[in-house]
Amino acid sequence: MRILVIEDDRDAADYLVKALAEVGHVADAAVDGEDGLAMALDGQYDVLVVDRMLPKRDGLSVIGALREKGVDTPVLILSALGQVDDRVKGLRAGGDDYLSKPYSFTELLARVEVLARRRGGRNEETVLRVGDLELDRLSHLVRRGQDEISLQPREFRLLEYLMKHAGKVVTRTMLLENVWDYHFDPQTNVIDVHISRLRAKIDKGFSQPLLHTIRGAGYMIRDSAR
Amino acid sequence: MTALGKLFRTTTFKLTLVYLTVFALFAGFLLGYFALNTRRLIDEQITDTVNAEITGLAEQYRLGGISRLVFVVNARSRRPGSSLYLVTTFKGQPLAGNVTALEPGVLDNPGWTETTYRRLDETEGPDHPEHHALVRVFKLPGDFRLLVGRDLEERERLYRIVLSAGRWSVAIVIVLGLAGGLFVTRRVLRRVDAMTETTRTIMAGDLGERLPIAGSGDEIDRLAENLNQMLERIESLMRGLKEVSDNIAHDLKTPLTRLRNRAEQALRTAKGEGDYRSALERTIEESDALISTFNALLMIARAESGQVRDDMKDFDASEIARDVGELYEPLAEEKGLSLRVEADAPAPVRGNRELVSQALANLVDNAIKYAAPAEQAANGAPAEIVVRALGAGERILLSVADHGPGIPAADRARAVERFVRLERSRSQPGSGLGLSLAAAVARLHGGELMLEDNAPGLKSIIALPRGGPVQTAG
Repeated sequence: MRILVIEDDRDAADYLVKALAEVGHVADAAVDGEDGLAMALDGQYDVLVVDRMLPKRDGLSVIGALREKGVDTPVLILSALGQVDDRVKGLRAGGDDYLSKPYSFTELLARVEVLARRRGGRNEETVLRVGDLELDRLSHLVRRGQDEISLQPREFRLLEYLMKHAGKVVTRTMLLENVWDYHFDPQTNVIDVHISRLRAKIDKGFSQPLLHTIRGAGYMIRDSAR
Repeated sequence: MTALGKLFRTTTFKLTLVYLTVFALFAGFLLGYFALNTRRLIDEQITDTVNAEITGLAEQYRLGGISRLVFVVNARSRRPGSSLYLVTTFKGQPLAGNVTALEPGVLDNPGWTETTYRRLDETEGPDHPEHHALVRVFKLPGDFRLLVGRDLEERERLYRIVLSAGRWSVAIVIVLGLAGGLFVTRRVLRRVDAMTETTRTIMAGDLGERLPIAGSGDEIDRLAENLNQMLERIESLMRGLKEVSDNIAHDLKTPLTRLRNRAEQALRTAKGEGDYRSALERTIEESDALISTFNALLMIARAESGQVRDDMKDFDASEIARDVGELYEPLAEEKGLSLRVEADAPAPVRGNRELVSQALANLVDNAIKYAAPAEQAANGAPAEIVVRALGAGERILLSVADHGPGIPAADRARAVERFVRLERSRSQPGSGLGLSLAAAVARLHGGELMLEDNAPGLKSIIALPRGGPVQTAG
């Protein structure tokens, strides 16, 4: 995957480029808005990581200019301003996701991968499958093998989100944002408990666990047999 | 600036001068009007009297000729307080009367004239200055001249009286006005000076100082009261700010020191990759905790500054109660608590949904943290937490009630302050900002956070006005 990082802090940009390369992506960096815009228009990138405050041209205006020219590369906005209204402004300007500083690399990576995947075709199949687990988004039926699993509405949405991003790490914050629509950090890790409940419903009694905890990052649903 | 110069420059003194001028002019006008009218009245009286006498005397002349006229005039002249009379031949030879030393030419022109004169019974000299008179000269048939007049002494006395009254009243107005003005000005000036003095002290850094209040309830008092209220608010904000920075310094320094020590220790003692790895993992955990403390602080600052006010929408508090309850229910169950939500009726309220959710989440989080089942059992109450949303008059109450140890009444106010973690709770994880954030969010919405006794346990209530915060100007 080719990723462009537009970030004026050279250390942070270098760190991101290096870390993204380590996990197998190709990353370039631009240190100001003008350069970033030119590179984004020029190169073929799968995801753009754009800092909000940039010299020469600020992040939101870079995104605006891109969208105006019909470039729909997914954009992850990075910002030290992490409040609700800032996020809303960022998303309204054409950003696809918003991550406030300081962030952890795993969080950034998880989001970038989800964004890249989103681009590869809107994930709109009505039935999601992971191994022998099947989730029907229309009838709201969930099966594992022959067994029908009954889920609470929120559990259904949680599983749906995980399955939509099967094989990708999904962080706790992403779950909180996308399943519960909360953008704050609950002091206790409430998500873990929801996950273990869900796990009890879909994995318990099966030899092959599907829902995995990725230490220090989050969760992933994956058919480990394959 | 001299004291006097300062006095003269005050608004009060300038006002005094304006009033003084207006009053003096008014007094002058009044006296002038009075004098003018009186003079006209006197003149009219004189004219009437003189006309009547002339008519009478002309009649005498017509009846008895010059000798009768002379006789009558002489008789009248001798009466005390008499008018002025003079009968002359056409050459000006006096025949009868009581006046002499008229201005030359007076007798030649029939009609009204003002002239100086002397009475016949007076000798010339400084003792008897010349008098003024208003006279009428009448030509009798046979070329005799008849002069009748009245002394103007009365009119002149009136003039003098009016003039002196005028002088006195103007003088009194000026003296009284000036004195009054000075008195009032000095009083005002003294109070303003006192206020200025206090302001200087406050500017120098003593925010505890308050402006003096005379207790008269006048406009200066009201101003001082308002300024004092403003100072009160500023002082509490400053105190809050100072406390925050102190607490931040303390509460961020401690974990930062720990972080540094860990890293240092790992460098010194780690034997292999595994040691380094676990040291680094702990470092990251520690930093995450720091970041979340920091975020909570920013959030509180943000809520308190009122910036989020633009972002308010209508939402249902019951829905928030249900959502937050749902989010925490599994966690509560894991801890052996039952979490119940009572929010059936819609409770519409205006505000920032995200912040209110977070505030309520913090309260639930606290309840789960502190009301462990063991504690609740000790209180002989069921191990449960109840989250409620209900309307009460003009307010919507979002409450979280537990049967845990509660907070002693004396500590409740303190518990809401930033970073305060009552002794018992030191061992629990968390930034100690949960209640402060809830309180800040409540205040942002024009409401309040109340901590009550749930007998036994704690009941924390976020009370929000239904319509959202009252919009302040600007």
